[in-house]
Amino acid sequence: MASSTKSSSKTSSKSAKSSKNGKSGTAGQDDSGVGAKTDHLELFRQMYLIRQFEIACGENYSKGLIRGFLHLYIGQEATGVGAITSLRDDDYIVSAYRDHGHALARGLDVNRSMAELFGRATGTSKGKGGSMHLFDAAKGFMGGHAIVGGQLPLAAGLALAQQYEKTDALTICFFGDGSTNQGIYHETMNLAAVWKLPVLFFLENNMYGMGSSIERVRAGGIDFYPGMATYGIPAAEVDGMDVLAVKEATELAVERIRNGEGPQFIEAKTFRFVGHSLADGQKYRGQEEVKEWEERDPIVTFPAQLIERGLATADQVDEIKAAVDEEVAKAVEFAEQSPEPELSEIHNDVLA
Amino acid sequence: MTEIVLREALKRGLEEALENDPSVFMMGEDIGEYGGAYAVTDGFLKKFGPDRIKDTPISEQAFLGAGIGAAAAGLRPIVEFMSISFTLVAFDQIVNMAANLRYMSGGQISVPMVIRAPTGAGVQLGATHSQSFETWLAEVPGMKVVCPSNPYDALGLMRSAIKDKNPVLVAEPALLYGAKGEVPDEYYEVEIGKADVTREGSDITLVSYGYGMRPTNDAADVLAERGVSAEVIDLRSLSPVDLEAVVNSVKKTNRAVVVDNARRKGGVMAELAADLQQQASEWLDGPVMRVGSVDVPWPYNRGLEREVLVDKDNVLDAVAEGYGL
Repeated sequence: MASSTKSSSKTSSKSAKSSKNGKSGTAGQDDSGVGAKTDHLELFRQMYLIRQFEIACGENYSKGLIRGFLHLYIGQEATGVGAITSLRDDDYIVSAYRDHGHALARGLDVNRSMAELFGRATGTSKGKGGSMHLFDAAKGFMGGHAIVGGQLPLAAGLALAQQYEKTDALTICFFGDGSTNQGIYHETMNLAAVWKLPVLFFLENNMYGMGSSIERVRAGGIDFYPGMATYGIPAAEVDGMDVLAVKEATELAVERIRNGEGPQFIEAKTFRFVGHSLADGQKYRGQEEVKEWEERDPIVTFPAQLIERGLATADQVDEIKAAVDEEVAKAVEFAEQSPEPELSEIHNDVLA
Repeated sequence: MTEIVLREALKRGLEEALENDPSVFMMGEDIGEYGGAYAVTDGFLKKFGPDRIKDTPISEQAFLGAGIGAAAAGLRPIVEFMSISFTLVAFDQIVNMAANLRYMSGGQISVPMVIRAPTGAGVQLGATHSQSFETWLAEVPGMKVVCPSNPYDALGLMRSAIKDKNPVLVAEPALLYGAKGEVPDEYYEVEIGKADVTREGSDITLVSYGYGMRPTNDAADVLAERGVSAEVIDLRSLSPVDLEAVVNSVKKTNRAVVVDNARRKGGVMAELAADLQQQASEWLDGPVMRVGSVDVPWPYNRGLEREVLVDKDNVLDAVAEGYGL
């Protein structure tokens, strides 16, 4: 266990570094091996879809058409897309309250997702869930959970069912750095390791739990993956701004889980370019820090890399953008025109 | 009919589910190697193996949460808590997750999970091990809560709980694990949400559940000696509550005393009393009288604990105070 932890974190921190140096090395690495099959433009399409979806959400929140709490995934697109593209249809996905990106990467219907945010009857949860509670059980997308860390044992339990039924399917659980100070985080890591559950714990470390920098609230620094040695869970660090590095790290972990090696842990260093929610004035961090991360915006850097390496043309990128822009505009239109839920719906879906 | 104790009734319900349905499995602290804190699962590990009888770490949030996940994936987990007081540690998972999942997913996900937990005071376990939080969970929409007072109901309710598509809390009165009762040899179920009129009467309605049935029945005996005919209702199910059965009884007796074995404040009977007042006031000859255990943390000392615990004299006092009987 200990040696695989080491090698695993080595592998991914290497790819993280290469991209941090700005050498666009990871895209090149991906030309052979597993990555040769990579549909680079599809990865870009998904990331761009998420970005545009989130921008549209923000606009409609300002208009008052989306209410409640709205947590946008802007800046973290490479993380969710790189991870989810490495999964099979029979795998489960569990997310936290910043769930739009994961939902769209999983292929949830864009119209119905937007309609859910608008609280309409055509929404994924018929307008009863909202932004923080997107679901599509048929696609294995098991939510959207808004108690910090509360989704962790749910994922362990889904994985337990997969293990119980002797399949080689797995469950991926996304969570943020904020959840690592919850007791349930530690309980779940231990339980998953003791039972060798087929679960991939995917930490999206965006450096802030709402307004609290992890440096202020966590003893032991900003790296979480070394702590997994405590549970004997192999852990890797990856650059969450590099979709190919995330994909590669996830594929490796997924392969180990399917081989019966038990839970794996990936920590992606990422950043939200916007506030925690739309109610956040971001008084707790400087704009220099945000700018620094924005320079590594995957929506900008990834297509540039692809064009530079001859893996895509500028025209192809523009075509994707135009198609996605239209898709998102139509989703907003669909949501706006969808009916409000009937009041009789109040009593439905309480009990089975 | 066979006479068995309540522990055996529960055990029979669990065992036949494990035998008949491969999607049923159990999780909990020391339910396997140890055999269960109250020996309900004694021998199960040997019979069903470690995949289906899972000893857990002392991590109530994690294993209850894992039960929710397994249920969401289509299995039928039965999760045991060593004490209902320990459910507090996992309340976030029970309430925010298990009970809410179906609604917030727009009906896409169900959680067919049974949560079992010994409940109640009476054996000097002190403040943290003597509580009755079935009363709190009975308020939560999206789940059901039952509490048997005898072996017949224990088996019948357990069967229904395991078959139910929702999270069901089976609160097991710790003082009644050894209580004897007749159980039919042929298969039967007790429907969740149906109260049981355990004694018919015409002068006053006494309502309780779980261990509260003991002082209630004892009080009914005393009243009978005085020539007062009490109708006794065992709620059995705390959520949903069979309000109709109680109202129907009150229409006949025109008097009602509700008895909570748990602390009096904010309990299931507080809710029932309010509903009765509203829905049966025209038939009531006096106020709905509410009896419960004293609203203090549970004391350890035997004499103090007995004083706190609701008893037949409390019930009789309420009958006298409310209706002069």
